[in-house]
Amino acid sequence: MQTAIAAKAAPPAHLAAPQEEDVFLTLTVAGQACAVPVMMVRDVLGAHAITRIPLAPGEVAGSLNLRGRIVTALDLRLRLGLPARDAEAPPAMSVVVEQHGELYALLVDQVGEVVPLPARNFAANPPTLDPLWREVSKGVHRQEGQLVIALDVGRVLAIG
Amino acid sequence: MDDLLADFLTETHEGLVALDSALVRLERSPDDQPTLSEVFRLVHTIKGTCGFLGLSRLEAVAHAAENVLGRYRDGTLPVTPSGITLILSALDRVKAIVAGIESNGNEPVGEDAPLIAALNAAAEGEVAAVPPPVEVPQPVAVAAPVVPAAPVVAAAPPAEEHAHPVEAHAHDPAADAAAPGAGGVAAPQTIRVSVEVLENLMTLVSELVLTRNQLLQLARAHQSDAFAVPLQRLSHITSDLQEGVMKTRMQPIGNAWAKLPRLVRDLSHELGKKIELDMRGAQTELDRQVLELIRDPLTHMVRNSGDHGLESPADRRAAGKSETGRIILNAYHEGGHIIIEVGDDGRGLPVEKIRAKALANGLTTEAELAQMSEREVLAFIFAPGFSTAQQVTAVSGRGVGMDVVKTNIEKIGGTVELTSREGRGTTFTIKIPLTLAIASALIVEAGGERFALPQIGVVELVRVGAAQDGAPRIERIKDAAVLRLRDRLLPLVSLAGLLRLPPASEDEGFVAVMQVGGQAFGIILDRVFDTEEIVVKPVAPILRHITMFSGNTILGDGSVIMILDPNGIARAAGVGLDTTAEEERRGVPAVGMRSDASTALLLFRAGDGGPKAVPLGLIARLEDIPGERIEMSGLTPVVQYRGGLMPVVPLSAGWMPPGGATRQPVLVFTENDRAMGLAVEEILDVLDETLEIQPGTGRPGYIGSAVIAGRVTEVIDTAYWLAQAGEDWFRPNRPSRADATRPRLLLVEDSAFFRHLVVPALSAGGYEVTALENPVAALKLREEGVPFDAIISDIEMPGMDGIAFAQTLRAGGTWSEAPLIALSSRAEPTDVARGREAGFTDYVAKYDREALLRSLADCLSAPLAA
Repeated sequence: MQTAIAAKAAPPAHLAAPQEEDVFLTLTVAGQACAVPVMMVRDVLGAHAITRIPLAPGEVAGSLNLRGRIVTALDLRLRLGLPARDAEAPPAMSVVVEQHGELYALLVDQVGEVVPLPARNFAANPPTLDPLWREVSKGVHRQEGQLVIALDVGRVLAIG
Repeated sequence: MDDLLADFLTETHEGLVALDSALVRLERSPDDQPTLSEVFRLVHTIKGTCGFLGLSRLEAVAHAAENVLGRYRDGTLPVTPSGITLILSALDRVKAIVAGIESNGNEPVGEDAPLIAALNAAAEGEVAAVPPPVEVPQPVAVAAPVVPAAPVVAAAPPAEEHAHPVEAHAHDPAADAAAPGAGGVAAPQTIRVSVEVLENLMTLVSELVLTRNQLLQLARAHQSDAFAVPLQRLSHITSDLQEGVMKTRMQPIGNAWAKLPRLVRDLSHELGKKIELDMRGAQTELDRQVLELIRDPLTHMVRNSGDHGLESPADRRAAGKSETGRIILNAYHEGGHIIIEVGDDGRGLPVEKIRAKALANGLTTEAELAQMSEREVLAFIFAPGFSTAQQVTAVSGRGVGMDVVKTNIEKIGGTVELTSREGRGTTFTIKIPLTLAIASALIVEAGGERFALPQIGVVELVRVGAAQDGAPRIERIKDAAVLRLRDRLLPLVSLAGLLRLPPASEDEGFVAVMQVGGQAFGIILDRVFDTEEIVVKPVAPILRHITMFSGNTILGDGSVIMILDPNGIARAAGVGLDTTAEEERRGVPAVGMRSDASTALLLFRAGDGGPKAVPLGLIARLEDIPGERIEMSGLTPVVQYRGGLMPVVPLSAGWMPPGGATRQPVLVFTENDRAMGLAVEEILDVLDETLEIQPGTGRPGYIGSAVIAGRVTEVIDTAYWLAQAGEDWFRPNRPSRADATRPRLLLVEDSAFFRHLVVPALSAGGYEVTALENPVAALKLREEGVPFDAIISDIEMPGMDGIAFAQTLRAGGTWSEAPLIALSSRAEPTDVARGREAGFTDYVAKYDREALLRSLADCLSAPLAA
């Protein structure tokens, strides 16, 4: 709703404070910049002990303890069909998101910053995008010389 | 004091307090209809409850008051102050009686006739000229030595050793004395709190427990003395708090029994039996979640006791017992568990009849029975559908639904045991954990990962090692690991193997001996650490499909750990009743590898008679489908299965889809993209057996019978049942294979059984099959010039065998170039070499349908490609 309004009232929006819906946390997986709505993010963690879960879907890296709550960790690289992280690479960081009262940690290579990604810079998925990516991407944001994929967290978590 | 009575008193206190003020209001505004209704309802409730409890004096007074109020409410009598006074005095009498009950558990003796007469007169519209004074001193209490009937009952509560946490009666004598009202009525100090608040509290306490555990672990590691004492204190307080919060969730088991007196009463009328229900320990408390889950099984067991356990009055007299049968419910705490006994003094379970029936139902064999203790024999009543056979009532008949009871109790981590003495009665003993939220678990390691294994279900831990150090050793029968434990042969499953983790040293480790649903098995573990109290948390939704885990938790060291589900493990390992892919995996390769002629057979039960069997190789999957998923498409039961509709064909006549979540075991047969499910009652076992089929009696659907595991077992005719799924089932649905171009196959096979198995498989694969029982008949066809695209032949046949047949064919004639596939139970390399030498194109193990179809496809496509 509000994005629609913002899109219509594009010129004054320059001056207006960005809507909360437009604020994203950027992150990097295998060199690709992605973003998740900051409203969904509960925490950002550095390297964390993760318990493997046998028989779980491949994308599930395991579960971790976030201040007494059990968080299911998903490896975003594997979720996006990208090669697994190098053993020597710096440890993954986790972006903890909440969905239906459950916490999930998305393992990413790097966590960027909280930035406004206004709706007017938003473009639909290019039709040539890999189907796996198209499924989890809401669209593409053009941002200072790079393209940022807006992840649909609900879809990212829809596995198994 | 009887818990029911205590509840009644609490309720009556509340009612009386409300009544007092409502009556005063009514007096001021006699036309206030809502207040009048409220007053009537309150008095009515008191009357109803005390009638139920057999408090006759109280009932009579309340009844008379109710009559007057009824007239008021109906508008046939005007509300007058004198009338209200009369009712108030009746209430005072009620209070006095209630106080008497409270002090010694019985109604005090007293004379209510004048009061009742006045009330009745008022109800008739006469002005009660003499509202009798509240009879504080009872008129000549001749036979009332117990009750001083003083207005102030300084109640030193005799039977209140168990203080109700939720409904804590204030039994401070001083407070009682100071309380208003003639009877020294103590207002119960109870507040209503929503369950949600309590659940939240419980969650918070769980977190606190975890944090405490973490702190303790840290303190142990760092040896920091400064924190030791406050930590110790924190630890104690946390434990107390945990206990306290747990108590708020506790409810007396009597709540689950509340409906039973009525049930028993109805039952006794229905059955013409005299039944007395004796409920003891109703105040024993347990977690409300557990309480909810135990309610239905208990009801069922009480009904069974009344229905089947107790004899008719005549029979009881004849047996020298009192006419009235007793059903005894008893509950008490023991350790971290609650024990509930449901007993009767009826005829007991007829052991001999159960033996006979277990045999008749094919649940066991004579030899096994001979070795069973009486207790083990009795346990048959928990077998699914045990008493669904005809002679339900003649025999004990107790089995109706006892399997469901057992399953439900086991679901919450409980156990049921049973003792019975013929002619003296039966007692079921249920043992359930007090709460489901916190469990004691063993922390174990397998495949380099740690897991929590709930201790309930673990019977013992056995260290296994190399032979020299005297510890028992894991032995192997082919690939199956077993442990010789005392006199038993315990099947073992490797936890690492089940979870697809790299196994550690095979020879050393531990075996957790488990008892799940009457099945004993062992879980091979690499290491066992210690026990820990764990707070069970559900796993994330995306992991719920992994049945091996029942939840997860955080350990004292802060790490997350998965909680194993012994039931899931038993199922996955094929130890339990239903089997999964694991069993297929074990079974199928065995077929191809065998050098002797034994076949992996799936044993199951369905319909009448003994067990049935089908070669495992023919089955694609074993499924356990909830009854609610079975839908009707026209007259055919179907189930949505892997994106398509699968017809479900019942093996037994008169089969009905089970309702609700009851699971229906189904053998799934697939061809191309289609699947068909054969509904059976129970999957029993997978065995490797040499099949020697005796021709059957021509019963449709059965090829014949064979002796399997020492028992006569009917072997089903898969082709027949597949045809039941709908006539188009075998029609190839590959459009590329129109009938005209279907490759023609010749099958030479002496065993009718194999012909029955192979022909439908090949037909469904899109081939036109001619089956013959010996090479001589085949050679006759060759002379007649019948062409075939490929020939499949058995090796071992009487007369001309497959080798000779192949040599004959290759020697010349119209079929000399045709692909020739050997189908044999002998698949040793030497056999294969011999076959190839004789001229066979390929060599396929019997029952390996996939391999046969693959081989055919290869053979038939090769010439085209060339």
